[in-house]
Amino acid sequence: MLLALLIWVFTVVIVWMFAGDYWTFPEAINEHGRQYDQHFATTLYITGAIFFVSQIALGWTIFKYRDNGGRATYSHGNNKLEVLWTSAAAVLFIGAVLLSTRIWAGVHLTPPQGEVVEIEAVAKQFLFNFRYAGADGKFGKLDIKQINDAAGNPFGIDEKDPAGKDDVVNSNIRVPKGKPVRLILRSRDVIHNFFVRELRVKQDMVPGMVIPLHFQADKVGKYDVACSELCGLGHHQMRAELEVMEPADFEKWLQEEDAKLKAQ
Amino acid sequence: MASHATHVHTPPSGFIRKYVFSLDHKVIGKQYYFLALFSVFLGMFLSVLMRFHMTYPDAKVSWFESLWPVGAPGGVMTPELYLSLMTMHGTIMVFFVLTTAPQAGFGNFFLPIQIGAEDMAFPVLNMLSFWTTFLALLVMCAAFFVEGGAPLGGWTAYAPLSALGESAGPGQGMGMNLWILSIALFCGASLMGAINFIATTIDLRVPGMTLMRMPLTCWAWFVTAILSLLGFAVLLSAGILLLMDRTAGSSFFLPAGLVVNDQILDHRGGSPLLWQHLFWFFGHPEVYIAILPGMGLASNVLSVFARKPIFGYKAMVYAILAIGFLGFVVWGHHMFISGMNPYTSIAFSIMTMAIGVPSAIKTFNWVGTLWGAQIRLTTAMLFALGFVSLFVSGGISGIFLGQPGLDLYLHDTYFVVGHFHMIMGVAAIFGMFSGTFFWFPKMFGRMMNETLGKIHFYLTFIGVYAIFTPMHVLGIVGNPRRYADYKTFEFMGQLLNVHTFMTHAAIFTAVVQVLFVINLFWSMKKGAKAPDNPWEATSLEWSIPSPPPFDNFGGKHLTVQHGPYEYAVPGKEKDHVMQVDPA
Repeated sequence: MLLALLIWVFTVVIVWMFAGDYWTFPEAINEHGRQYDQHFATTLYITGAIFFVSQIALGWTIFKYRDNGGRATYSHGNNKLEVLWTSAAAVLFIGAVLLSTRIWAGVHLTPPQGEVVEIEAVAKQFLFNFRYAGADGKFGKLDIKQINDAAGNPFGIDEKDPAGKDDVVNSNIRVPKGKPVRLILRSRDVIHNFFVRELRVKQDMVPGMVIPLHFQADKVGKYDVACSELCGLGHHQMRAELEVMEPADFEKWLQEEDAKLKAQ
Repeated sequence: MASHATHVHTPPSGFIRKYVFSLDHKVIGKQYYFLALFSVFLGMFLSVLMRFHMTYPDAKVSWFESLWPVGAPGGVMTPELYLSLMTMHGTIMVFFVLTTAPQAGFGNFFLPIQIGAEDMAFPVLNMLSFWTTFLALLVMCAAFFVEGGAPLGGWTAYAPLSALGESAGPGQGMGMNLWILSIALFCGASLMGAINFIATTIDLRVPGMTLMRMPLTCWAWFVTAILSLLGFAVLLSAGILLLMDRTAGSSFFLPAGLVVNDQILDHRGGSPLLWQHLFWFFGHPEVYIAILPGMGLASNVLSVFARKPIFGYKAMVYAILAIGFLGFVVWGHHMFISGMNPYTSIAFSIMTMAIGVPSAIKTFNWVGTLWGAQIRLTTAMLFALGFVSLFVSGGISGIFLGQPGLDLYLHDTYFVVGHFHMIMGVAAIFGMFSGTFFWFPKMFGRMMNETLGKIHFYLTFIGVYAIFTPMHVLGIVGNPRRYADYKTFEFMGQLLNVHTFMTHAAIFTAVVQVLFVINLFWSMKKGAKAPDNPWEATSLEWSIPSPPPFDNFGGKHLTVQHGPYEYAVPGKEKDHVMQVDPA
């Protein structure tokens, strides 16, 4: 009795927690994010219905079929029912994953269209760094022997390569609004992760691997980049800022950084 | 199935052979049970400390400093101490509790009895596997006491963090070596146990105990043993490779070009993803190693106290087999965001959704078993019903995480923590509680206190929902897991009230467990004498005295005539037919 009641109360409270607006995603700032939210909602409806029906039914059986001194129904099962709920579960579950494949493909399998802003990212314990190709549009060669954090060279840009002279390095990432960005992710020591809630993307940064990630943000603002793969004792402090800028402001910022480099 | 008669041994007389280095599967089962009981309280203690730190990161607690002079200077817990508590909590709970109690504990005690055997197939191997597990636990606990303390890389020990040694952080030195050694020992012990379970199930069934007459518990232990055999072998190999990367200068998991603390490391050719593949090839079946015995037990207990045959016995068996098989082809869903080929993710996700189907079948069959029942709400039954509720709640969030598209955001957030604690943690633990209340009379010859048991159940049931449900909403807001505090990110700071609620719920739930311990030890000494068959159940263990004699069946040659769930049989005077009743 009490158990049936508890299960029902939990069911209602949980449905309330998920259906309400109290704890939700931050507003998405890209098309992928909005599709993500939509598919999340679809999955929530499907699973919510299964959750609700199963828990309510469980509570109901506990309430309804308490021992009253009689004898239970003698039944070893029902094959028709087995076939029915097996197929229903299969269709729902596989259906959900097939629907979500589009979202996955949008991030990982569809190359971005149009002119792409290319940015490199490198992570180390417990900092992110980002690199822009500068005025020449070319990234300078890298040489790990030349890595020098104190001298502002966390990437190890080769001093001898002229293409690297104007590379802009920054500990925060700035991107122009409405333009596709290809982010090339690397790590120097252990596995880190690039996670921006508002973009609905998360990608590990693995030493020894070069992993591309693309996105296109369409809302100006500042957003947190949080490391989401345990990387050591400073993991919880590993943060960068993603700033989405008006394209003109972005160009201006890049030119200013370039000018600073030339002045050195 | 035939040769059990040749397998006779006499009871030992000395204390050591009887209670310490015993060959008796019943004693070994209890040894495993108490090892897991110690471990679960240790693991829970660590989790309460972690929860406390989440809410009060700057609190000064003088005994923190007494326990960890380096990790908590001035009584304030450092991030590295927090991470080591987290690593040890996960490791101890997964290996020494979830893998140990349901399978090695209850399985050892009851598998032979439920199939009519006098002992396991290889008693010496059985003893050896327990003492190896014991040694593994000692080595694991020793990691707390060496220089640098326990490792901080999480129970998944992802390389390169786990492969680099001290330069990757305190605890990654000697502590990590001990961690790997302990896990390797544990793997060896589990392999020995798995072989024993498989051989016992195949060879030692009494006449009439066909596979399709085995209680679902035996099916679950059998399939779990197969999973252990295939999974732990791979983890053992992976552990040895990791140890070699750390101590012998090899590069299995370390790629070229590593720059750690401004030092260029001379490694090349290794792959961090290789560790993840090997680890999760074990790690995902491990989830089923933890939960399958609970599923078998819940099925059993539900049928007994519903006074009704299990709904769809065959479907249940096929579901266990399907879970066992599919459990080996879904490991990649832990790696959607790892940098693995994105097409591979799609393949793994379809397999993952497929494994949801047999899990759903089991749930529907449990509800089917209860439909039209005569439910006796004993404490064992309450915990089994709680298991079903938690299994549904924990399973449903898997439908989100199994889709790579949705995992893109939810991965490594508290949503995941809530998901696996619900299903692999507390659902499995509810299975153990149910098993304890159900089998205690047979194991110790006395009854547990039902009133105390019910109070303990209700408070725990409320407690676990209160701890783990909010984790899901934290995940939706985007709170990452494995963060030692939330000061760096403003949005996480705003979630502190949810964390505080969970911390209080965790402390409440932990305190409530004292009721269980009191009940357990009090009942062992003072509980009412248990009759042979207190629950009017049908399987073989209830046809012999409580506790069973040394050779279980007193030399009798049994023949099994009935299936395991003959309740409410029409036309019979009693409402149940025991498996050994005449045809």
